[in-house]
Amino acid sequence: MRSGSLDPAPLPGRVPRVAQHKVLGIETEYGIVQRGPGESNPVTASSLLINAYLSDLERRDAASSTVGWDFEDEMPGNDARGTTGPSQAPEVETHLVNAVLTNGARYYVDHAHPELSTPECADPLSVVLYDRAAELILQRSMAAATRFLPEGSELVVYKNNSDGKGNSYGCHENYLMARSVPFGRIVTHATAHFVSRQIFTGSGKIGSEAPGLSVRDVPFQLTQRADFFEAEVGLETTLKRPIVNTRDEPHADAQKYRRLHVISADANCSETATFLKVGTTAFVLAMVEDEALPRTFAFRSPVEAMRQVSYDLSLGKPIELADGSTVTALEIQWEHLDRARKWADAHGFDAVGGSAGEQVLQTWEQVLTDMEADPMRLADRLDWVAKYRILSGYRERHDLDWGDQRLAALALQYHDLRPERSLARRAGLVRLTDDADVERATTEPPEDTRAYFRGRCLQQWAESVVAANWDSLVFDVGGDALRRVPMMEPLRGTRSHVGTLLDECTTPADLLSRLGGA
Amino acid sequence: MAEREQKRKPAPARSTEEVAEAPAGTDTGEKLKADIDDLLDEIDEVLESNAEDFVRSYVQKGGE
Repeated sequence: MRSGSLDPAPLPGRVPRVAQHKVLGIETEYGIVQRGPGESNPVTASSLLINAYLSDLERRDAASSTVGWDFEDEMPGNDARGTTGPSQAPEVETHLVNAVLTNGARYYVDHAHPELSTPECADPLSVVLYDRAAELILQRSMAAATRFLPEGSELVVYKNNSDGKGNSYGCHENYLMARSVPFGRIVTHATAHFVSRQIFTGSGKIGSEAPGLSVRDVPFQLTQRADFFEAEVGLETTLKRPIVNTRDEPHADAQKYRRLHVISADANCSETATFLKVGTTAFVLAMVEDEALPRTFAFRSPVEAMRQVSYDLSLGKPIELADGSTVTALEIQWEHLDRARKWADAHGFDAVGGSAGEQVLQTWEQVLTDMEADPMRLADRLDWVAKYRILSGYRERHDLDWGDQRLAALALQYHDLRPERSLARRAGLVRLTDDADVERATTEPPEDTRAYFRGRCLQQWAESVVAANWDSLVFDVGGDALRRVPMMEPLRGTRSHVGTLLDECTTPADLLSRLGGA
Repeated sequence: MAEREQKRKPAPARSTEEVAEAPAGTDTGEKLKADIDDLLDEIDEVLESNAEDFVRSYVQKGGE
């Protein structure tokens, strides 16, 4: 057994695992534009959007106050490869509005976009729920912002990753991993997965934004993002984007953990796509930790492979490997699924979300099976297929070229978060969540990660929490000094861990003294 | 960046013919056709009226 492992003793018949429980989260940057009269720039629009939502919350609940984010432990320039990596540290981000919500999420302006990071989730279905809740929060923000705008004007938010004019913004995933795993081993397998999973993570795009390619070369591609990757591995997220990002900022005990920060995929409107994006990746990374992936797929050119898969609607074009052989994206995915089953037979599903992990394997198999038979069968589960079906139907009905602006408008409107305009909402996509749970998740934290402690403290004592971040809360209870409560273990601070304590404490001072004495 | 891309140009050019216009094995059953007709009728009612302006005015700054 490895020292420092949090895992309980293995069950009889089970092989001990290195794989950390995959604590998960998604950060989404949304596109934003002001429609109607009035001038605006995206930074002020984003601030207005978020402030309007926060002010509505405060009006609804006079006791709540907005808690700011604490940057003390933010180190986005740390490189997982050590200090010798070739990339430059990213530019210092200019943070404007920055709030922590009672569901444990962070809602803020990043660059020129509103961004929402889900709370830490313990399984992939929980991620889907909080990603949906994020959409609802953005919808309410749009409605709230209207009263600050000129008559007939509105802020409109899009859940996509490109403006179709060469500008991209991200949807990042986060996975807790064992620090002991060499980063180089992660890179090889993660690259194979990030390139091949595009067949189900893509949100679809008309044309290409890669230099030198037009809509005549690429009428429609699987993903929004593939055009924007120029490097295999690196620290950047805004320039020369790498397929594997090396940001090393665990927001947890750095001796034990790393947080793999994944920037390669699209934001999804389809819940199945989000579920598979996060769920399959959790399996692959757990298998990397446990050395359960004997086959490696080292591409001759990962950057070209990324685009090739995205441009290939036949899903059958072979990708060249470094050893001269070839493989298709579907073949890589079948191999990963097969290995995931074997890994789960040996280790169980604890590290990948329990029953949600089992559901990932079922959905994964069904989607690959349907994709092989006829990808259009997935029009009710995958974004790129749903969007392609709408665009193709409209194109035939009106006899349009792929370059027609009416198709571009449809493609953009697919991602429009206004319920009365959204096409994704009308596409008949299968739901994995229900509306009551989504509503609840806009204010209630997950119960099985440290987000529970963060969320509950904000619900009960927002006025005493002076700052919050992923791995600590800072209280002002009137003494000489501010009191920082560290939360270095993402799976502590859960309901079973602190629920009773939080129920019993009547004041934050009470909580701090009982935590201190614990 | 542009230079690098241009050097790579032969690859995409070669692949152009292989970029499928439609996914393989597209199902063209009557049922699917009827479903998409209904959906397109519904979509017609919520479409932005000025497509060109709607698309042109959507300009974002790069993010992340």
